[in-house]
Amino acid sequence: MKEELEELNNDFPAARFNRRSLIAAATATAALALFRPGNAQVNTNLLITDPTKIQGPLPGKLGSRSRYENPEKKTSDTSSRTPLQDLYGMITPSDLHFERHHGGVPDIDPENYELLIHGMVEKPMVFTLKDLKRFPSVSRIAFIECSGNFRTGKETMTAQEICGLTSQSEWTGVMLSTIFREVGIKPGATWFLAEGSDAAVMTRSIPVRKGLEDGMIAYGQNGEALRPQQGYPARLFLPGWEGNTNVKWIRRIELSDQPFMTREETSKYTEQIKDGKVRQFSFDMDARSIITSPSYPGSVEKGWLEISGLAWSGRGKIERVEVSTDAGKSWHSASLQQPVLDKAHVRFRYLYKWNGDETEIMSRAVDTTGYTQPTLKQLIDARGKDMGGYHLNPVTAWVLKKDGRVLFKPENWRG
Amino acid sequence: MRVNTDLKKIASLLIFLLISVLISSCSTSPDQGEEQGGGNLPESFAFGRIATKQEIDSIDIDIMPDGHGLPPGSGGVATGDSLFALKCVSCHSGSGPYAKLIGAFGDTVKAKTIGNYWPYATTVFDYIRRTMPFNAPGSLTDDEVYSLTAYLLFKNRIIDSITVLNSSNLATIEMPAKKLFVNDDRKGGKEVR
Repeated sequence: MKEELEELNNDFPAARFNRRSLIAAATATAALALFRPGNAQVNTNLLITDPTKIQGPLPGKLGSRSRYENPEKKTSDTSSRTPLQDLYGMITPSDLHFERHHGGVPDIDPENYELLIHGMVEKPMVFTLKDLKRFPSVSRIAFIECSGNFRTGKETMTAQEICGLTSQSEWTGVMLSTIFREVGIKPGATWFLAEGSDAAVMTRSIPVRKGLEDGMIAYGQNGEALRPQQGYPARLFLPGWEGNTNVKWIRRIELSDQPFMTREETSKYTEQIKDGKVRQFSFDMDARSIITSPSYPGSVEKGWLEISGLAWSGRGKIERVEVSTDAGKSWHSASLQQPVLDKAHVRFRYLYKWNGDETEIMSRAVDTTGYTQPTLKQLIDARGKDMGGYHLNPVTAWVLKKDGRVLFKPENWRG
Repeated sequence: MRVNTDLKKIASLLIFLLISVLISSCSTSPDQGEEQGGGNLPESFAFGRIATKQEIDSIDIDIMPDGHGLPPGSGGVATGDSLFALKCVSCHSGSGPYAKLIGAFGDTVKAKTIGNYWPYATTVFDYIRRTMPFNAPGSLTDDEVYSLTAYLLFKNRIIDSITVLNSSNLATIEMPAKKLFVNDDRKGGKEVR
């Protein structure tokens, strides 16, 4: 019944025929064409796959992936990770954007959505989603990375498992500076609390300086409304800052003259450094890169191969990416796919002729502040053996085995 | 007839596109995330509405480290102990997924506990009231939250068993781990920190 209605609504002449009989006829023709005298065998594979012999499906309301492509996020109880090894370019498809939330994904009716801004402001105000969309809008391509984005431990780990808690979208919304201007921030207001409307009622304290610099209330992601998993209908977006500060499903902003010391900035998202000290308010994501191809579980063949991966920095643009194909003895500049954007994933590529001997390949990012992505050893030297698990961005090496297997080179520092 | 309409549509679309290109080529395009609205920002857009005190109070639930925001009410260790057994222990027991709340400062406990890691007592109250227990977030009364906070601080050897917590004494508790906390000193550049 539904099919018939669709056909009636379609102007394409072929649709006026019964679609099923058309397909059946085409299939029969294809089958006949494949019979050859003296050969009783039918190439059944070709029968099914020769697309020139069968009318394809008609235009649809929503696109879909090829049934041969099945990229998936890798889930745990607390997060799901982007399959970096399956992606090209620099944009993460919205349904593959990583997830990390502390109370599940809330279901929020956009008609009932409101953002309250109060505290040290001239005018405490409430904005509906419609209000937010009436303000001048801005779009920006940038990454969001969870600061707990490093796993290691075994050779059979994918890029997704090692650091799949980073994703990139084009975000659209209203600049926080526009909203702050509307409510009027009182002198002395230096921090604001961002609060989500999930079951965790997630809260983070953010310096007003960052909000004014490039903070955004985002409602768009890659050309459409935010996905629920990324904060529908509106989230805080702070380019380059640790994922957790980009509070999703944002319902309240309170201006203050001090940080609020919420659980997410005291007992979590803080990291132990040397002398038993604990580093707090570690907002910026340091520069990082990872080769996503070749990588486990892929394999390589002798001869030319394109080494490709992602590099990014929360402090600015990527200045260059260097690739080593001899376990870090020598480094060569990779080419960067334009445009290289501020606080954004950039795709890097390097051509390499592999001679078949076992070797290690790795990349390191250098950003516009002059920071060079460190090794794990450099991080341990700087922060001590008891360093915490946040903000770890070490150079990641893949081992090319003689038989063509590509394995992760795990480096452990915890006994 | 149909064709004519379509042609008109296409023609007007082409004219629109041409004009758009001309306009955009005349103005400089801003970098991403920068000045918007062509610099014509009015004093106020007059979008949104003024929030009432009542609606602010209904969701302004945060507790600041100086105690600002703490509600009336009180609670002690014994009540907290039974509440913990009733509502928290299934997750926060030895075998539960989130077992690591208790371990006094200086003990050999490796986990980051309230006693050896949390810098502010107010955070314990704020977090429990905000989102606990896991299966019924935000369902505890203020007295229950005071009681659970008291129990947890007692178990972490921060207060004694007879202290009753309320809005005037909770923020005065000095947490032993507070002195460990330092501000982020990473700033890019050559040095790895």
